[in-house]
Amino acid sequence: MSGTPAPRRGVPGRLLRHPLGLVSALVLGLIVLAVLLAPVLAAQGPGVSELRDSFRGPSGGHPFGFDSAGRDVLSRLLYGGRTTLGGAVLSVVVALTLGVPAGLAAGYYGRWFDGVASWVSDLIMALPAMVVLLASRAVLGSTAWVLMVVLGFLVAPAFFRLVRGIVVQVRGELYVDAARVSGLRDARIISRHVLIVVRGPIIIQIALVAGVAIGLQAGLEFLGIGSGDGAPTWGAMLNEAFQNIQRAPLLLLWPGLALGLSSGALVLLAAALRDVLEDRGGSTDRAVRRTAEAPVAPEPAAGDERAALLSVRGLAVAYTLPDGSDREVVHGVDLDVRPGEVVGLVGESGSGKTQTAFSVLGLLPEGGRVSRGSVLIEGQEVVGLSERRHRALRGDVVAYVPQEPMSNLDPAFTIGAQLVEPIRCKLGLSRKEAAARALELLRMVEIADPERAFRSYPHQISGGMAQRVLIAGAMSCEPRLLIADEPTTALDVRVQAEILALLRRLQRERDLGILLVTHNLGVVADLCDRVAVMREGRIVESGTAEQVLHAPADPYTRGLLDAVLDHVPARPAWRPRKATT
Amino acid sequence: MSTHQPYGSDRSGGRPPGPREPVRPLLEVAGLEVSFAARRRTRTRVLKGVSFDIRPAETFGLVGESGSGKTTIGRAVLGLVPVQAGTITFDGERIERAAPRRRRELSRDLQVIFQDPYTSLNPSFSIGDTLMEPLIAQGTADREARGRVGELLERVRLPADAADRLPREFSGGQRQRVAIARALALRPKLIVCDEPVSALDLTTQHTVLELLLEIQEQTAVSYLFVSHDLSVVRYMSHRVAVIHQGELVETGEADQVTARPEHPYTRALMLSAPVADVHEQRRRRRELAQETGVS
Repeated sequence: MSGTPAPRRGVPGRLLRHPLGLVSALVLGLIVLAVLLAPVLAAQGPGVSELRDSFRGPSGGHPFGFDSAGRDVLSRLLYGGRTTLGGAVLSVVVALTLGVPAGLAAGYYGRWFDGVASWVSDLIMALPAMVVLLASRAVLGSTAWVLMVVLGFLVAPAFFRLVRGIVVQVRGELYVDAARVSGLRDARIISRHVLIVVRGPIIIQIALVAGVAIGLQAGLEFLGIGSGDGAPTWGAMLNEAFQNIQRAPLLLLWPGLALGLSSGALVLLAAALRDVLEDRGGSTDRAVRRTAEAPVAPEPAAGDERAALLSVRGLAVAYTLPDGSDREVVHGVDLDVRPGEVVGLVGESGSGKTQTAFSVLGLLPEGGRVSRGSVLIEGQEVVGLSERRHRALRGDVVAYVPQEPMSNLDPAFTIGAQLVEPIRCKLGLSRKEAAARALELLRMVEIADPERAFRSYPHQISGGMAQRVLIAGAMSCEPRLLIADEPTTALDVRVQAEILALLRRLQRERDLGILLVTHNLGVVADLCDRVAVMREGRIVESGTAEQVLHAPADPYTRGLLDAVLDHVPARPAWRPRKATT
Repeated sequence: MSTHQPYGSDRSGGRPPGPREPVRPLLEVAGLEVSFAARRRTRTRVLKGVSFDIRPAETFGLVGESGSGKTTIGRAVLGLVPVQAGTITFDGERIERAAPRRRRELSRDLQVIFQDPYTSLNPSFSIGDTLMEPLIAQGTADREARGRVGELLERVRLPADAADRLPREFSGGQRQRVAIARALALRPKLIVCDEPVSALDLTTQHTVLELLLEIQEQTAVSYLFVSHDLSVVRYMSHRVAVIHQGELVETGEADQVTARPEHPYTRALMLSAPVADVHEQRRRRRELAQETGVS
């Protein structure tokens, strides 16, 4: 894998800092080392038997004693590990060579190869592994190695499916398209962009499959249907020990321990690898403290007139970082919305406008909280309000219209069901009454065929219609304040104009107050009476829409307005030129 | 496979009337049709016979709503989607069915800037590696490529040490500059800009557009500029085409199409986009209501 730049610590380094990873890697490393050094460490060959030594206990050069045939247990353990672990390696190698390339090709190219390969993989997975292993032993002979090759073939689909799934996802990424446009060969795209993503999951899978292979092989040997060639394996040793369990129970311990330790270490290593490889964010996954501390008591309003519907004073929002420290993202915001008034909250991404809106709703994401300030909704302080009472306020007095209409509808339920449920819950209506109310709401938001929309699933309606449905849902309990977070950003301009017209009508007919969070100054000009401009968690300027848009006082607002391209002259007509590149 | 067109030949249907210089277009798209497989052996027609051309050092703007097929046009030119019918002629050569090998060579002349600067850069590659990729793919020596990366970063006004950093350390605007630098790496003749600024904030959008104009001024590169935003397209393009449901409904000089459109669809698009002027917006709203019946 050429050029994988990593200004971060490499995987081995991070694995060794992971306690579980360090211990399991160490155990596994020792076992492998001991098995590799068998000729050096073992006192004698695995097959050397001295009948007078049978069942003799541990002695000088033979710490584990002798087995029923008078063979040195340690020597058999060390040599047996070669077959057992070697067999597992063989299975994994076979599974990798079959599964990974097939998965890459099927995922990347799709089409007929994907169809055929997926079918074959499903077929293999449907086969009962034990039965196939027994049958292949009967047909192919009884060497351990042949059985392990068959086992590798049987577990290859695990790699195939894993790799294929990831590659299908990666293939859709724009950076893969960009690489194609850059003139890279498919092979190079796969090796550079795709392998790097599947590498981690494959390594984890290897550890798991190796553990399974050791277990299965030992199981076969234990049942006495493993290799018949007398070569020592841990499973065969277990079998022999089991037959003499009354006479020398300790003989069972050593191969059992070897098997348990190595497959246990593999599983734990896989878990540690998963932690290390899949933690891409860099930060620790230490649980974020759920803070419900009462914020600093709101400062008394000293001769300050506060709006009747929504009044925000000195609002600050802070997030608890994983290391326990706090980061403030909104630093003291004042905002008022009167009944029947549309107030725009304008800013660029990261300005804190959405955080401000979410604090009013009491819906800040995990880790976030109002750290100081006061939010009055119809005169009631909502900062520090219990979740239950806040929930009562949402829907009844305050309602919310989100940015992405589609992702806010559940694809599994009809529009009608999604409207009826909250209405029943909130207003305590019967199913029939609630359905009638939902239809009335759909009519109110100017949906042409309300009955049909009622029966439709979200994927059957357009984005504009979905936004109308969400507005209908928001209006179901006749709220007096609507908080709309970029309600038209995801929509096409013609649909945007319709939604803005709908909001204007609702505001006029129902004296609805609207807090409109947006980055679009055109939307502000279209709908808002007043506007507040936010930057880096502070309001830099506020006033009537006309004041702010036509005579901005703050340089930041002026900069924003200068970036608007409404009145720039069109580009002059093209002229040929003598191009020298 | 290549059929050379005579100088100044006119094979496209979507040209505006008026006198034109006999310059051979850099890119000619004629009768382009693209469809995707839908359920039960049917196909959805995404492009229904699209024709236009782009001259050297020209920006051709393509405006449309979501699902109109505007992005598909760019992807067809780049060879990322198969073409059912019609021709794409680049620099005198038919490329709509170019063989993979030829397609790889074409990437020297034909580049792309995607909309989303967050997914168009591989998150695990450093900026330097991302910029080296097209250079190495076209056989540039390692050492030379490294030098070129420095030039490119300077060109898009990113600090030189950006080469060693990962995309996640950069803002959306900076990432889009990296994407621009990658597109420029091979000194292409045409760059397909697929909504290059719609994921960016207003002020960032402005500086990125300025950068693109400046690059065109210096390198005489042509742009196929795809966007949903009429004002952005107006600012960037010499000529503009409006696409609606897979067909170009209006093509012409930027000022005419974006300020005095003839087609009712274009008029609706123009009037629907709100402007940051309270009085002007009120007037437009009334006009739109008269035109479309939206209250």
